[in-house]
Amino acid sequence: MKKGFIGKAFLFLVLFLMYLPIVLIAIYSFTDAANIGASGKFSFNNYYTLFTTEELAGMIVGTLALALGSAMLATVFGTLGAIGVHYSKKRTAAVMEAVNQIPVINADVVTGFSLCILLVVVLGFNKDSFLPLIIGHTTLSAPFVYLAVRPKLTQMDPSLYEAALDLGASPSYALMHVVLPQIFPGVVSGFAMAVTLSLDDYFVATYTKPATFDTISTYVVNATRGSQTSIKTALWALSTLIFLVVMVIAFASNSRGKEARGNEKV
Amino acid sequence: MKMTISRKSLGIPYGIFLFLFVVAPLIVIVYYAFTNGSGHFTFENLTGFFRDPNTTGTLVYSLVLAFVTTCICLGIAYPVAYVLAMGKLKFKSVLMMLFIMPMWINFTLRITALKEILTLIEGNLAFYPFLNSVVGMTYDFLPFMILPIYTTLSKLDLSLLEAAQDLGADRKQTFMRVILPLSMPGVISGISMVFLPAMTNYVVLDMLYNSTYIMGSLIGSYFSAYNWHGGSMISLILLALICIFTLLSSGKEEETRGGSIL
Repeated sequence: MKKGFIGKAFLFLVLFLMYLPIVLIAIYSFTDAANIGASGKFSFNNYYTLFTTEELAGMIVGTLALALGSAMLATVFGTLGAIGVHYSKKRTAAVMEAVNQIPVINADVVTGFSLCILLVVVLGFNKDSFLPLIIGHTTLSAPFVYLAVRPKLTQMDPSLYEAALDLGASPSYALMHVVLPQIFPGVVSGFAMAVTLSLDDYFVATYTKPATFDTISTYVVNATRGSQTSIKTALWALSTLIFLVVMVIAFASNSRGKEARGNEKV
Repeated sequence: MKMTISRKSLGIPYGIFLFLFVVAPLIVIVYYAFTNGSGHFTFENLTGFFRDPNTTGTLVYSLVLAFVTTCICLGIAYPVAYVLAMGKLKFKSVLMMLFIMPMWINFTLRITALKEILTLIEGNLAFYPFLNSVVGMTYDFLPFMILPIYTTLSKLDLSLLEAAQDLGADRKQTFMRVILPLSMPGVISGISMVFLPAMTNYVVLDMLYNSTYIMGSLIGSYFSAYNWHGGSMISLILLALICIFTLLSSGKEEETRGGSIL
């Protein structure tokens, strides 16, 4: 009994330490204090700055657009790749699988740097066209979509596809209406993964982005290299909003996951 | 016949994609690593790296930083994953999610928050650069260590533990001889998700005002100096390290898999 208590206490201590910085920032984001620990009055000023400073609002919208766009591309490529590999010969599948693993285990710095060298230095792409950045983020996340979809294909009952064909469905119809619904949870979680990877990325963006464009990551890193206090504290507000959104999504998907599991049992 | 071709051919765009944006950049890196500014073949970039005490010092510093970070992450993550997987907890899925959720919050914002706290505690971040970096890296990467260990531990066949106890093993023996070996694949994949980023994520150091270079910072500084050749060589050295780790860990994994079959 006592041992269980120590374990739980450790668990909550780690959780406490993990959330202490985020929660403190969240509390201070509602004050006019310039530093954590300084005294300040309650104020929505940081949120006001966040939404009214054009630079900040533009950077947030840009980051979201990039994340959604590159995640969609990654989902199309990764899903098609997983389906193709599933029906390919063993040797082709093994090669694809191995190459797919490279961006997954490679350091992001190396992925970003090598893509920049190829696209910008060797092929002469203009960074301002956003093309290197979009390609970079798609390359970063497509392998994870592939990895999310692949197991769903292996778990799928192959005879269902054959049955659809026997019943007169065209291959493309069977693919859309029989295979896709079965692998759909994998596609969705792959897409979600791709969005988070793009949102969290600093390195690929910093090597491939246009000089005048900033993602949240590159903006925050530049802002910490000494800038106005109003921007610094506005970023606390941003951090708090992201924390809340993540929490809502996490709890929503958790309860939905439980429902789905419940349904399966029925 | 025609339809099998069409199903397979769905993978072709992704195959081309992978070749263009994963394989081709690596070929370019290898080319740049072994040439100089005028395009001639040279080993200078490689020998230069190992002859210069600054760059070898950077390699050692990153290895030490990554090693310490990985050990601390493991030391925290294993007990956490163990209690989560084995303990009788009421809101297990909620707790697990709380441990994973920081992964979804932008790491630069999380490090900013950490920086504020560390500044409050230490007064000036410049006093403990190494300690701050280790704390920052641990804070950043801990969920990536917890998740794989938790996954392997929660899939563990509980009847094996009962069998061990029936055969007279005490709790310590059960842990050392059954649970620990069977959780090794999770431990190894956790290590591989922490060690390499800890060698390369120089933004954590930058943001916490540690001006010492790690391997990633070298790529960054060569990049700002338009030295593609130097940067490519660092990338290649990192790739070589990745290959070594992957080979070592896949060998280990097979061993444990063999063990579990026995």
